[in-house]
Amino acid sequence: MRPMKLDQLLKSTSEWVQSEGPQNRIVLSSRVRMARNLRQYAFPGWAKKAERQRALETMRPVVESLPEMAECFSELMDNIAAIDKQMLVERHLISREHAVKNVGSGVVVDAAGAISVMINEEDHLRIQAIRAGLQIKDAFKLIDRVDTELEGQLEYAFSPRLGYLTACPTNVGTGMRASAMVHLPGMVLSDQINQIIQAVNKLGLAVRGLYGEGTEALGNMFQVSNQTTLGEREADIIERLNKVVLQIIEHEESARLTVLEKKPKLIYDHVGRAYGILTNAHAVTSKEALNLLSLLRLGVDLELLPASVRSVVDELFVLAQPAHVQKFAERKLSAEERDILRADLIRGRLSVMPKPKIGVVPPPRDGPTE
Amino acid sequence: MQCDKCKKNEASVHLTQIVDGKVLKVDLCKSCAGESGVQDTTGFSLADLLVGLGAADEMKKEGPGARCPVCGLTQADFKKTGRLGCATCWETFAPGLAPLLKAMHKGDHHIGKVPTRAAHTLVISEKIRQLSADLEKAVRAEKYEDAAVLRDQIREMETKLEAAGAAQKTA
Repeated sequence: MRPMKLDQLLKSTSEWVQSEGPQNRIVLSSRVRMARNLRQYAFPGWAKKAERQRALETMRPVVESLPEMAECFSELMDNIAAIDKQMLVERHLISREHAVKNVGSGVVVDAAGAISVMINEEDHLRIQAIRAGLQIKDAFKLIDRVDTELEGQLEYAFSPRLGYLTACPTNVGTGMRASAMVHLPGMVLSDQINQIIQAVNKLGLAVRGLYGEGTEALGNMFQVSNQTTLGEREADIIERLNKVVLQIIEHEESARLTVLEKKPKLIYDHVGRAYGILTNAHAVTSKEALNLLSLLRLGVDLELLPASVRSVVDELFVLAQPAHVQKFAERKLSAEERDILRADLIRGRLSVMPKPKIGVVPPPRDGPTE
Repeated sequence: MQCDKCKKNEASVHLTQIVDGKVLKVDLCKSCAGESGVQDTTGFSLADLLVGLGAADEMKKEGPGARCPVCGLTQADFKKTGRLGCATCWETFAPGLAPLLKAMHKGDHHIGKVPTRAAHTLVISEKIRQLSADLEKAVRAEKYEDAAVLRDQIREMETKLEAAGAAQKTA
């Protein structure tokens, strides 16, 4: 493999952010991860340090030798600075849990930022593929191939009855978690989001806010994923998730149309304010940035803003997050300084964006609502 | 009603979640509910919580001394973290884990991908099972010459299985 420096990997946003995937009006990305363990070692959370170290030394060269990793970033977690770990989290290349790991854990990411392998997270291996837009099936095919390649050289913990054995019972069986990152401002604005979350839950899938803690879903971004891993074939799980995401897309599109038709001023106000603030503010928190960027993205989808703005906004979703802003400054910043720098960055990127094109207000269907 | 988690306080938060038509129920006191983050209805899965509760209780039935012979994990350790220690834990604690898996998953056995290496050993294991059955029949019929042949075949298969490296046991 040709080694790659972290700064090189992080210099430009990953392939999945830059390329235009199918259904990208609503689906930002698709991810599939597999949890795998080696038979001969205790799971990372329970293994003694020396054993974890041995497992790492067994796995890392095998992962690095994958054809997909011909050019890759490969590093031990104790050799990665805290800020860089946080950036990897913001890029969805490692989990929050993995970011706090040090000695005995590692990470390998391909040059495009499409495939990442966490070594000694909760399981010995967490391998994942990310694709732009709605490409769950493609992401699955890709990671399935990587898994098959690894399996040829590593002896997995596998039981004919229970499948791939994992540290947590919620992952046993396929060890697979497939997900789509979806942008649902229409359903949030029309107060339908809780209904859809419950409906999707009943289908054995989970919907979670992508950013923020607890109930708040910043930037109207949600992650839809399978909850169960045992008793169903991988392809069936993928198929089910894909179908549900397509239905969510349909609901979201119709929610947007309904809001635009019934309360056009609400949309114009939201998009207009987002435009006004982001192109003029000199201090923006990451929470405010995510929420306002979401509204700009909605503006693009409703043709109030040119289509070219979408990729700028999608990139800003990544670049406006705390570690990215911090890194951009190349020095330690206070929260206030970060907000200022974030505002500068956003203003700069959006400087070419024209004002939202607010057309003639379409006549409301059921008489005036305001 | 007692809290399912601390077993001390009165439960005031009663949760029911329907996953794939299966009803999961947990009763918690206010402070345990807060700790488990159950107020967060979006990011919360009852299955995750049940890992820390029900499974450990089920495992107690196997006696408090239940300890994984390979990695040394005990049921108390599992209760604390909700995580198993190694591949063998899945066999050690199998009876206790079974109802838990049933409640949180679609089925109780894997029907997905099988690693090629495991598939190979599975084929051999199956063959040994067949030969052993034949051997038993031969002995019962007092066909000792056949039995000797079968015994040699079984030995050969067992050597192969060992050579394959992974005597994948049925968990």
